[in-house]
Amino acid sequence: MAGLRVALVQMDTRLGDLQANLERHLETIQEARKQDADLVVFPELSLTGYLLQDLTPTLALRPLPSEPVFAALLKASRQVDLLFGFVEVDSRHRFYNCAAYLSQGELTHLHRKVYLPTYGLFDEGRFFAWGDQVRAFDTRFGRFGALICEDFWHAAPPYLLWLDGADVLLFISASPGRGLNREPALESTRWVERINQAYASLFTAFVCSTGRVGYEDGLNFWGGATAHDPDGELICKGPYHEPALVLAELDLDQLRRSRARLPVLRDERTALVQRELTRILNAGRA
Amino acid sequence: MDSAQISLDINTQLARQILTGFIRQEVRRAGFERGVVGVSGGVDSALTCFLAAEALGPQNVLAVLMPYRSSAPDSEQHALQVVQKAGVRHVLLPITAMVDGLLGQLPQADRIRAGNVMARCRMIVLYDQSAEFQGLVIGTGNKTEILLGYTTQYGDAACALNPVGDLYKTQLRQLAAAVGVPQAVLDKAPSADLWAGQTDEGELGFTYAEVDRLLYLMVDERYSPEDCVRAGFKREFVQAVLERVRKQHFKRVMPPIAKLSNRTVGYDFLYLRDWGT
Repeated sequence: MAGLRVALVQMDTRLGDLQANLERHLETIQEARKQDADLVVFPELSLTGYLLQDLTPTLALRPLPSEPVFAALLKASRQVDLLFGFVEVDSRHRFYNCAAYLSQGELTHLHRKVYLPTYGLFDEGRFFAWGDQVRAFDTRFGRFGALICEDFWHAAPPYLLWLDGADVLLFISASPGRGLNREPALESTRWVERINQAYASLFTAFVCSTGRVGYEDGLNFWGGATAHDPDGELICKGPYHEPALVLAELDLDQLRRSRARLPVLRDERTALVQRELTRILNAGRA
Repeated sequence: MDSAQISLDINTQLARQILTGFIRQEVRRAGFERGVVGVSGGVDSALTCFLAAEALGPQNVLAVLMPYRSSAPDSEQHALQVVQKAGVRHVLLPITAMVDGLLGQLPQADRIRAGNVMARCRMIVLYDQSAEFQGLVIGTGNKTEILLGYTTQYGDAACALNPVGDLYKTQLRQLAAAVGVPQAVLDKAPSADLWAGQTDEGELGFTYAEVDRLLYLMVDERYSPEDCVRAGFKREFVQAVLERVRKQHFKRVMPPIAKLSNRTVGYDFLYLRDWGT
């Protein structure tokens, strides 16, 4: 079996304290290594906290070895692959809600959040610049894709990653819990779980998802990491509202079996999609 | 949604987990281990007291009983039942002398003014006990009263954090029953207890059961007033509640600061209270 052990981290953060959060990352990485993890996945903005507002520019990093916080994580990635969230600043002082994939001491991939929720309780568009690329990337375990929270509330980014060759989709979130009714999980939890399962099923791909826990002022974050296999079946699930290190064992051979049963990737009509999308855009409907 | 289909049922176990976690984390992030709750003998403060005791440990919660001479006699008894069952510490500090010290000079004050004076005297006592006990004041205002503005600004509304402010009264009662608030407290008619015979529903002119369902549609489900009428609520009731919510909004926001500089607190100087913690 081609196995991949993914440690999904449900962690709390100190709001605006890079050094304290870095230490939590390094401790968690050691814990994950003890459990033979191949990859450790942290939540959205795991190095900074979520509701940053005017803290955003003061916490921004260049993803370079000369940056001490980044260098420490590069070093840690010699032992285990990492995906984590931080505020990236580019050379022209634009700030991005960003995820970095590090492996063997190198930066493998950067994803800048392409959909910044700016409605309801969200105000990301006020503080962050919009990313404009959705790219799959090669790792030593296969081809992956990484998205940040609202990115996967739009069908296009997971779809593009799938077409770009990603067989493992890594979704990281800082999802404020909301929608209390008689159900045992919040509505926000159930929304995310439904779409994660749907993407795994529709794309016959692995979907690993994790979110932070804790509170920021009155907002709660619900954790609830999940991994779904290419049949859409749940592999594992973390607790709600509690810190946890959730180990997902992905049997990568399941990709072959699922796609032999359900060849939706083989049969995907990309030229048709492109033609119709062009027509729709030209007609001004989207 | 027809008004008959509206459910305000909540999963009390989940609410309890989130709210006790909130109290624990937000009190500690502010640098405290303890909480102070004004316990009146009513269900809102009883629930808050139970949640605080569970979150912080009963020994870390101080219930402050602050009767006035016109308070209903059973209020203090109910408050003591809450204290006993929750296992928290308590202190009895009647506000009669301080209230009458002012009202004695204000013979023209009507009962609304007198009620506000009482609520604000209790705030003074609570914040003093906060300093004495080294605990944060934990608020007891529910979502219904916050939306309706059925509260005294800088009085009962004053607190350092509020765990129950996003629960309608109907929902709060479910959670109160689940955490073990004494039956006598659950069963009695809600009252601010500012004058003899006062009840919330008598003063407001409608029941919590009725207004909670309307507020749920208007606020949580984003129904327009016309949608609410179509759902079965009387037009006059919808308009009266909407107008009340609008008029009372000043109690829900910080006082506006007149902007002069390039960076002004509240507009473009934006940080959470949890900044750095």
